[in-house]
Amino acid sequence: MTPFDYHAPKTLRSAMRLVQEFGDDAKVLAGGHSLIPSMKLRLAAPSVVIDLGGVAGLKRVTAGNETITIGALATHYAVESHRLLPSKCSLLPETAAEIGDAQVRNRGTVGGSIAHADPAADWPATMLALDAQFDIAGPDGERAVAASDFFVDLFITDLQPGEVLTGIRIATPPENSGGAYVKMRQSASGFALAGVAAQVTLDDAGNCASVAVGVTGVAPAAYRAHAVEDALVGQGIDAVADAAAHAADGVEEFQEDHHASGDYRAHLARVFTQRALSQAIDRAA
Amino acid sequence: MKIEVTVNGEHQSYDVEPRMLLVHFLREVVGLTGTHVGCETSLCGACSVMLNGDAVKSCTVLAVQADGAEITTIEGLAQNGELHPIQEGFWECHGLQCGFCTPGMIIAAHQLLERNPKPNEADIRRGIEGNLCRCTGYQHIVDAVQYASKKMTR
Repeated sequence: MTPFDYHAPKTLRSAMRLVQEFGDDAKVLAGGHSLIPSMKLRLAAPSVVIDLGGVAGLKRVTAGNETITIGALATHYAVESHRLLPSKCSLLPETAAEIGDAQVRNRGTVGGSIAHADPAADWPATMLALDAQFDIAGPDGERAVAASDFFVDLFITDLQPGEVLTGIRIATPPENSGGAYVKMRQSASGFALAGVAAQVTLDDAGNCASVAVGVTGVAPAAYRAHAVEDALVGQGIDAVADAAAHAADGVEEFQEDHHASGDYRAHLARVFTQRALSQAIDRAA
Repeated sequence: MKIEVTVNGEHQSYDVEPRMLLVHFLREVVGLTGTHVGCETSLCGACSVMLNGDAVKSCTVLAVQADGAEITTIEGLAQNGELHPIQEGFWECHGLQCGFCTPGMIIAAHQLLERNPKPNEADIRRGIEGNLCRCTGYQHIVDAVQYASKKMTR
């Protein structure tokens, strides 16, 4: 690691002041489970690190009847172990439990993962499937961005210079809803070769009133599989296999590496979309 | 940069460079070499320690991030010369051969048993998922954790 100056602000206001002051020379540190490995490899070499770990109020997770909120600094384990989330929105703890291992989940944060936007990270798929809103603080005040507008490209998000992700808001799913997150783990790292989050709400006849599918690991940025959703709305579980066949439709560029070809990732997207939707519908019923 | 930490119950202040990793701080500054440096890439778990009650991989934490924290390393588990039940389990069930992964395995098991005092075999395998052993294989380690679980919940 190259040397850097370290700042540990206690409030968001002082953190934002430091972010403005140091600009591109600074990196914001949350749980450190992407940034510190990148710095060790010198893929990142900031001259200033601004640690949000001590900022009050960014770690809270709440699960109300209307809204679920996750502070940007909440750990994966805080979501995995939250008392109310299994009944309010099981997709969230199910996704958290799929990340890394126990020690990584104790330390890594939801907001850090989202802001980092690794193409194989798990949270982006789930945030897309839950239509999450991201709260962002910046030099000109606060703004909110929908997950579907946030993940732009490989490690590129809608976050602008001087902005910091502060929290996540999700509308609590209604009755007759169910979600599922399934993934193919790269066997050494546990990262998703392909990961699919599905959230569905059924109507009184047991057909899908709404369907949302988020896919990670397959393209440079996680995406919503709109073709799958369109094919399944108004249909029941019998239509899942045909709908899931569209899971990689419209993807212009696939992730390809020595672990898996683009074709294989597209195949995994279709297979895991079918599994995620089947489970989600099963849970909604 | 000055930090204050409590390591295995002992409160002290130290001057460290911001880029120093917690594992190097514990081994080279505090002088506790029971915590091992394995892969240094957050995969193998040999460097696991308890940080404010959470098992973490200390190769992926900066020492300065631990300012004000309580840390428990493998050296802090035995009390009054008596092995901790998990350590005893590793002894009794042959949970180690070379011993390199053992401190991290025991910390991971410690976290697991705090959260789930009576884990089944699948729970144990999931609890030590972030720790790699390259010689014993995992069966004796699972046995050791089961031994400790029985002893601690008796």
